Amino acid sequence: MFSIFQYSFIQNAFLAGTVVAIVGGFVGYFLVTRGLTFAGEALSHIGFAGAAAALFVGVDPIFGLLIFTIAAGIAIGIFGKDLREEDINIGIVMTLALGLGALFISLYNGYAEQAYSILFGTILGISHTDVLVTLIFGIGTIAVLAAIFRPLLFSSIDPEVAEARGVPVRALGILFLVLVAVAVSMSVQVVGVLLIFTLLVGPAATAIRLVHNPLGAATVSIALALAYTWLGIFLAATGSWPVTFYIATISFVVYLPVRLLTART
Amino acid sequence: MSSFLELLQQSFVENAFIAGTLIAIVSAIIGYFVVLRAQAFAAHALSHVGFAGATLAAVLGISGLLGMSGFTVAAALGIGALGKRIRGRDVEIGMILSFALGLGVLFLRLYTNSASETVSVLFGSILSVTHMDIILTLAFGIGTLIILASIFRPLLFSSIDPEVAEARGVPTKMLSILFMFLLAITVAEAIQVVGVLLVFALIVAPAAAAQHLTRKPFSAIAISIALGVAFTWGGLLLALATSWPVSFYIATLAALTYFIAIKVGHFARPHARAAHEHSNGEYVKAA
Repeated sequence: MFSIFQYSFIQNAFLAGTVVAIVGGFVGYFLVTRGLTFAGEALSHIGFAGAAAALFVGVDPIFGLLIFTIAAGIAIGIFGKDLREEDINIGIVMTLALGLGALFISLYNGYAEQAYSILFGTILGISHTDVLVTLIFGIGTIAVLAAIFRPLLFSSIDPEVAEARGVPVRALGILFLVLVAVAVSMSVQVVGVLLIFTLLVGPAATAIRLVHNPLGAATVSIALALAYTWLGIFLAATGSWPVTFYIATISFVVYLPVRLLTART
Repeated sequence: MSSFLELLQQSFVENAFIAGTLIAIVSAIIGYFVVLRAQAFAAHALSHVGFAGATLAAVLGISGLLGMSGFTVAAALGIGALGKRIRGRDVEIGMILSFALGLGVLFLRLYTNSASETVSVLFGSILSVTHMDIILTLAFGIGTLIILASIFRPLLFSSIDPEVAEARGVPTKMLSILFMFLLAITVAEAIQVVGVLLVFALIVAPAAAAQHLTRKPFSAIAISIALGVAFTWGGLLLALATSWPVSFYIATLAALTYFIAIKVGHFARPHARAAHEHSNGEYVKAA
């Protein structure tokens, strides 16, 4: 059963998947506490347009993802003063981005395989370049997030007091969205554009309901994301069902009882 | 030019226009209420659930529209049971929708190794809609319009002012559930034209744009219908002329029109700029 680990594509998948899960769990904690889950969804859809555009011009999709999502993250940080989950404006922008993505995919000789893998993840087929990019950006993101953990936490819980105490709330907000953009871009490789929630929101939302202190919740969030990802890759590698399906189902199946049986903090 | 006209006379094109027009009309009217009731995200979620239905239908070999409708209706009733507090439940709804998509991915893998099937479910396939689905679309669409016409006034009342409506004896909870049911059917239909991912363009965008231009219900609905039909016809014609995807055109036309409508709305009704508290407790941005 463990003989699968001798294959390099499995090793790559686990390596990249581990980094993605840690980043996702960590960033996800703040995404949920700051109420920005819908923004995460929007960034992933915008990322799709970027990935498709990259394919169209013959570049590795991960770069298209990173460029578009970071740009969008900064734009949202600067212009989006009031991000509520039902903001129709964001929905319309998402729709436009998806439509553009559809166009680029169809122009790319109508090659639906790549569309499928961007939309639903391709961790079992991840390329060497992408593993490297994932490692670099992932470690960078974790380092930055660890460095700004306290001020970011402060400005998430009580922005006005934080501002008064000299915390650069606005700058942190924009920086955070850039980190979300990177996390989203990386997670797309594992679960695809459409299922970002399963890695970025599921573990964090579950952890927050179980553990009340911030550091503890963030840790549990990371641990859950890792567990889901490892289990998902392992199950998919030993069978023929998709990684994304396993991660989505595990994420949901763990979240549901926790959600139903615990009170909101 | 003459070959383009010949193209327009092909039966698959005629089917696309017939089904597309009806779907645009129904979507626009339902969309008016979706925007009024601030349920755009629920509509988005329903379309993702529809993906699981469509792929399961493919595995079982039944009509895609039936499969989608089955799933969306079930999900809609679930959402309706959650009550009107949809707002603040983005995490819950997002998780359910991800689970549904995950199921859809599995069904897709079981059904086919062909990725182009995925693309057509996700991005629409009105130009290849089957005969069975046209008939179902007509049936569902006309049925939806009839029901909407008969509950129009009470639905409008309970959307704008649920507490007063309730006090006046309007069965608001039942209307909510019925509305969600109609929304589910409409979403399933809209998916045929623009695909799972772009349902917003047909259901939300026309109505949202219209509501930036006018507050009067009948005018808003009329504008909404006109826009929806315009997007659909425009999309179909452009797609046929350039062979770029229909849904890309509809999404782009919808988005551009929406943002223009915001600007025009600011000009025409500057006094309505401030956000106001809706009487049902929902926070709705006025034009």
